Amino acid sequence: MSISSNFGTGRTNWLGFALATLGLLVAPAVFDVNTMTVLLIWSLFALSLGLMWGYAGILSFGHAAYFGLGAYTFAVASMNIGESTVPLLLAMLIPALLAAVIGAMMFYGRISDVYMGVITLVVTLIMFKFINSTAGDAYRIGDARLGGFNGIPAFPVLNVPGDPELQIYGIGLYYVVAAALLLCYLLCRWVLASWFGRVLIGIRENEARVELLGYSAPLYKTAVFTLCAAMAGLAGCLFASWAEIVTPGLFSLGQSAEVIIFTIVGGLGTLVGPILGAIGLGMLKLLLGEQTLIDNSLLLGAILVLVVLLLPSGIVPTFLRWRQRRGAMLAARSKAGSARRRRRSQGEGA
Amino acid sequence: MSDTVVETHDLSVRFGGVHAVNSVNFRLEERELRCLIGPNGAGKSTFFKCLTGQVAVGHNDGRVRIRGQDVTGWRPYDIVRLGVGIKTQTPSVMNGLTVEENLWLSARRVHPREAVRDVVQAVIAQMSLEGIARRQLGELAHGQRQLVEIGIVLAQHPWLILLDEPAAGITHAEADRLVEIIHQVNQKATIVVVDHDMQFVRSLGGRVTVLHQGAVLREGPVDEVLADQKVREVYIGSRAK
Amino acid sequence: MDYFAVVLLEILYMIAFLALTSAGLAVVFGMMRVINLAHGEFVMVGGYTTIACYRAGIDLWFAMLVVAPLVVGVLGLIIERLVIRHLYGRMIDTMLATWGLSLLIVGLVTLIFGNSAVSVQAPISSYEIGQYQMGGYNLFIIAVAALLMIVLWLVMRFTRLGLVARGAMQNRDVAASLGYNPGRIYMWTFTVGAALSGLAGGVLAPLTGLLPSVGSSYIAKAFITVITGGAAIITGTLSSSLLFGTVNQIVSFASMPVVGEIAMLTLAIILLRLMPQGITGRFFKNSA
Repeated sequence: MSISSNFGTGRTNWLGFALATLGLLVAPAVFDVNTMTVLLIWSLFALSLGLMWGYAGILSFGHAAYFGLGAYTFAVASMNIGESTVPLLLAMLIPALLAAVIGAMMFYGRISDVYMGVITLVVTLIMFKFINSTAGDAYRIGDARLGGFNGIPAFPVLNVPGDPELQIYGIGLYYVVAAALLLCYLLCRWVLASWFGRVLIGIRENEARVELLGYSAPLYKTAVFTLCAAMAGLAGCLFASWAEIVTPGLFSLGQSAEVIIFTIVGGLGTLVGPILGAIGLGMLKLLLGEQTLIDNSLLLGAILVLVVLLLPSGIVPTFLRWRQRRGAMLAARSKAGSARRRRRSQGEGA
Repeated sequence: MSDTVVETHDLSVRFGGVHAVNSVNFRLEERELRCLIGPNGAGKSTFFKCLTGQVAVGHNDGRVRIRGQDVTGWRPYDIVRLGVGIKTQTPSVMNGLTVEENLWLSARRVHPREAVRDVVQAVIAQMSLEGIARRQLGELAHGQRQLVEIGIVLAQHPWLILLDEPAAGITHAEADRLVEIIHQVNQKATIVVVDHDMQFVRSLGGRVTVLHQGAVLREGPVDEVLADQKVREVYIGSRAK
Repeated sequence: MDYFAVVLLEILYMIAFLALTSAGLAVVFGMMRVINLAHGEFVMVGGYTTIACYRAGIDLWFAMLVVAPLVVGVLGLIIERLVIRHLYGRMIDTMLATWGLSLLIVGLVTLIFGNSAVSVQAPISSYEIGQYQMGGYNLFIIAVAALLMIVLWLVMRFTRLGLVARGAMQNRDVAASLGYNPGRIYMWTFTVGAALSGLAGGVLAPLTGLLPSVGSSYIAKAFITVITGGAAIITGTLSSSLLFGTVNQIVSFASMPVVGEIAMLTLAIILLRLMPQGITGRFFKNSA
């Protein structure tokens, strides 16, 4: 018997994972590499929100803060250092540190969901306003000018570790991003399967009870918040390397709204949902960007309203439930069918 | 060190102008089974919540000690970590998870990984939960969830168990089984039960403390106390009202 | 001395600005515990309505004081019927849906008015204090905000409507059991809240200029003002406007406007951490 039941997290579908890996390997042969890269970066960003929102029940209205901070950290550090390994690590570490401080403040303060929403939102706003106002020579960190509204262009992008000359771009960057996404997915799976992940799910289900079991909910929540911020920072760093420029727009409310929409449309309580949501809606966003008739935010906004009203658990969970019901129905029908056949053949025999 | 497990000293709680608990001095010895009873509004629930940390006790409102440790002002989480098991009045379980998962989460905090499975199985057998072990809590009836929550508490093998209305909403058969389980657990652990079901309290036996208007009215073996004239008056009086 | 007067006026203006732009959100939050993230867009639509009317030849005062609140009120009514009423009691879902609405409205306005800034001349000329040039229109804003707060207070305190509203705030079930339909109360509350946002947008339009994306700069300030204020509509809005307005302007004068805003936002975070019930939840338990 197995108590290692799945805690509602679903098991790792290794066949699906292998197929996805294969798909990502051959995708550049079919699709535009540049587009694929940014879609996967958004997927990683959405995955980081999906983990803490879908499993621990923590919704950040300002997740872009960590994405933007990761991007800016990478840009600034790589201008100062040149070689990209340390900047890459810093781009995860610094958002994680900020998240640890803010998370500890919120969770140990035991403030409610709504106040958490305000605080996370205000944190991004502060960063947006600050970065936006850093035009001029006074605002520089080492060799990097923050550049205010115009952002930081022309910083060294990711390179093969140890050799600053070997820069990674194009298809190379695509494979780095794909690998990062797959690894982070496995990391999330591993976290969810662990004791830590189960406590998180317990917290989502009933925080008071988990505390009465002697687990410190604030500790666990702060930890997962920090982990997700590090992942968002990684996504931001990859984005910076892809776009080769960072701008204050990365911190904007629009960016935060977008990742929330990706995640909720794909589905809460799954890891695949946010990834697929980001790919699907990201593609839509890029297509819309090519024309001027329908405004981008118009459609994304409409989608968010409709999903909250009609499909509050998102597309992937709804689909899974539908398949489960259908499976049960088919099984019942085939059972009835075979019974009928048996009766009939008996009848013919008689 | 004495064998006193729980001790309150001049404990008081005021809600507005009302003394919900009025300088109660309470002592509980090792491996005792104690029921707190009293008519509605007697303060038994509030007093219980002072022991669990659910009601914060002010600095000048007396002290609560558990095994000599001053726990006044501690949160439930801190108290649980002393090795205390708490079941609150309303069933508080993880509705989206199965019975096994609920028990696993509880057991895993105190037991090493290898032992958890056996502990969970033992609790399932003890509480007769075999038939529903794989069901989600949200699908179960109120009484079943009540039993599961007691199972969650027992899975941590606490040495002090605080149960708030464990018999509320369960069937007679389940109540009988619960009495058995409580007696069995009482072999090793000290237990406090708050309940207003006299039948249940009577079958638990042990000592009872009667609270009335926030103060201790009478304390002693259950039959003696329930035969007491004053206690009867309090109960009948409150019913007549 | 002149400088002191200027600073004082600027502080007063900021307080008025905050009170005005948060009033609509405060009414909706206080009465319904709904956080409307499309609030900034309501203000923005009020501004666009004013400017569109003005360009169509309608008197500017009439446009900002009558047409803008009406148009946005109707918009609010439609949104309440179509979206909000399905989500009562689901606070986070309401926040998400109204955030979607905010993006939707931004998109629509961009579609209609384009993505370039529009503005209208302030109808009151400036005046001088010593060597300082002051916007005369700011005084008008201060007056409107003060008047609005007084009217709100009078309505809440002395009318039957206010009594019902205060009852519903305290306990919706009691209001329902007294025969007031909570659904209707909520519907009109949301409409009134939207109309107040429209009014704010209308009277501020000549000062700020408009872009479809301007709503996001209102929502943040209104959001922290209301949440920090707590559930009591008038005392809450006033006390936090006072606090944030003063801090913002003093820090702005001491360094620069962005730092002022950042100081205000940081203060909001600290206050929320210390007083999760908001200022009124902590200090004014029974006020409206």
